[in-house]
Amino acid sequence: MPMQAGSMEEQFPLIQRLNEDGELVGELGIVDEQGLVDVYRSMVMLRRFDERAWNLQRQGVIGTYAPFKGQEAAQLGAAYGLGARDWLVPTYRDWAACWARGVPLEHGLFFAKGHPRMGAVPEEARVFPAQVVIAAQTLHGVGLAWSLKLRREAAAALVTFGDGAASQGDTHEAMNFGSVFGVPLIFFCENNHWAISVPLERQMRSETVAQRALAYGMEGFRVDGNDYVAVVNLVHDLAERARRGEGPFLVEAVTYRLGAHTTADDPTKYRASDEEQRWEQRDPIRRLERFLLGRGLLDDAGIAEAEEAALQEVEATLERFRQALEEDPAVLFDHVYAELTPQLAAQRDRFVARAKEVEH
Amino acid sequence: MAKLTMAQALNQALGQALEADERVIVLGEDVGRDGGVFRITDGLIDRFGAERVIDTPLAESGIVGTSVGLAMGGMRPVAEIQFFGFIYETMDQIASQAARVRFRSMGRFSAPLVIRTPYGGGVKAPEIHSDSLEALFVHTPGIKVVTPSNPYDAKGLLLAAIDDPDPVLFLEPMRLYRAFRDEVPEEPYRVPLGVANVVRAGRDITLIGWGASMPVVLQAADELVARHDVVPEVVDLRTLSPLDESTIIQSVQRTQRAVVVHEAVRSAGLGAEVAALIQERALLYLEAPVGRVSGYDTPYPMTMFEDLWLPDATQVVSAALAALRF
Ligand SMILES: Cc1ncc(C[n+]2csc(CCOP(=O)(O)OP(=O)(O)O)c2C)c(N)n1
Repeated sequence: MPMQAGSMEEQFPLIQRLNEDGELVGELGIVDEQGLVDVYRSMVMLRRFDERAWNLQRQGVIGTYAPFKGQEAAQLGAAYGLGARDWLVPTYRDWAACWARGVPLEHGLFFAKGHPRMGAVPEEARVFPAQVVIAAQTLHGVGLAWSLKLRREAAAALVTFGDGAASQGDTHEAMNFGSVFGVPLIFFCENNHWAISVPLERQMRSETVAQRALAYGMEGFRVDGNDYVAVVNLVHDLAERARRGEGPFLVEAVTYRLGAHTTADDPTKYRASDEEQRWEQRDPIRRLERFLLGRGLLDDAGIAEAEEAALQEVEATLERFRQALEEDPAVLFDHVYAELTPQLAAQRDRFVARAKEVEH
Repeated sequence: MAKLTMAQALNQALGQALEADERVIVLGEDVGRDGGVFRITDGLIDRFGAERVIDTPLAESGIVGTSVGLAMGGMRPVAEIQFFGFIYETMDQIASQAARVRFRSMGRFSAPLVIRTPYGGGVKAPEIHSDSLEALFVHTPGIKVVTPSNPYDAKGLLLAAIDDPDPVLFLEPMRLYRAFRDEVPEEPYRVPLGVANVVRAGRDITLIGWGASMPVVLQAADELVARHDVVPEVVDLRTLSPLDESTIIQSVQRTQRAVVVHEAVRSAGLGAEVAALIQERALLYLEAPVGRVSGYDTPYPMTMFEDLWLPDATQVVSAALAALRF
């Protein structure tokens, strides 16, 4: 029998703990109030970084950059919900999540600069390089989680993808593989409602992304992606269950891309500004700020202090970025294979000689 | 005559194809309301409606696979793959499906579709957005491969590609979309597929290029004339499959030397095919080995270093002088 239209939003109700007005409508769960102040400060810093990256592109310092503005709660919730030994498999828009898992923020700038170090994630960070081919990482997430299972490691993985990515064959294959092999993975869809210019309702006819879990025999959840408290609790819970062998799971974090798709995009071409304004009201930072102000955990001085600290952190990030620009171009040849092939060795020499000529 | 950029010329061609033939539809990611990420389909949705200018779900295999079915069903789909690097997503639908339908059915069916895609480097794009993968498709029997290097050819080749009874991969050098303008006639016209263009007649050496590399080749030609008293003949292949062998061979028979230039990685690039062809058909005319100026055998570099990686006019001049002094 066909599913009744209209039933899916009920079957996958939006999980929320902190509402748009910053009122607690559920339990704080695994987070404590002081911890939320730290998360707030992190979000402010990440927002300032994001804005700064945008400006750096405009100044010609970096190339195309994909801002995450509006998705901070979803990304930090996903990142902090994981355990220390869990893995993150991110996309090009997940610099907040990557940062929270130990990838310095300048990697976001490296990525936009086309710096060879962009995917050179620090050894101790359990994070894959940011994926730019839409949905390819969903399969990697499955494979990675599968490896954890095969090696009997008590760890889980979380793979992020967009609502647009949900249309790719890779995503469907990943969900099927994931559930067939029972891997400890959270499919984490950052449904920001737009895939460049294509809105969700033209991307898919299903009412929710979460309901796709049904077709693959896994549990699906729809969570308010602008509510840090809801996301972090959900991911924490699911990661634990995944480690116990109950995975995979599908999470649809309902959020919104407050900025342009990238610095190369002009959203006024395809979306109405009143929609943007409606979502500004649901801004994840604003929401947390209201909550903290209401509880007396934050005041004007605290906000100013958070801004000041954010500025300093962004400056420090930029400084590290600038220092990294000294890279030797010949490095392009050094990681094509484990060992330089004879052909590449010869080409490397020619490249170096030419680079010297160009310099002079 | 209007002076148009390549982007405008392509837009005009698509509009005229949609106007002339109801079977033509345009589909791809962001080609509708947004007008394409490079604005090549700008305004078409307003003129022809969302049923013929179609924003698809985000799935390249879906775009090309359904285009194969659409074409077999009597439509003339013009599909856009947002960047050439994402063509791998739909490799099966191109190489094993579109390119083989005619062969598989002994001509009972065919798949007359066009796949348009921006390609080439030099615009500081993210990873996988700058690759030149033409050789993969020249190596695929059953699909034609076309790439314009200027606005005039862009319009004429695209209209010819849409008319063509076989599938055509149409590569648009993104660095050239808005690099310069050409006189482009308003009325529809065709530049035939399979015919190379002798851009400049010369006598001392033949420089062979296509698409994104042509400005580099032309700059090198200028330098050879101005600084080295060498008069090169310049050939723009325009269609990479099928190759216009006779234009290449006739030119080399006269000049007795050749250099092939491409942005793609070196090994098994189209330059190797052209060089093999020349030695097969013009060996006794040659005064020097056929030179190759190309990218290196690495993945397309992180863009911080792309300018060092990409072939430039200096390298073409050196290769030409080496051939002349051989
Ligand atoms: C395979 C592939 N096709 C197309 C693109 C170009 N592209 C980059 S982002 C994007 C939209 C992605 O939308 P979504 O998955 O919703 O993620 P978001 O960008 O909104 O975070 C597209 C089409 C790509 N990077 N990879």
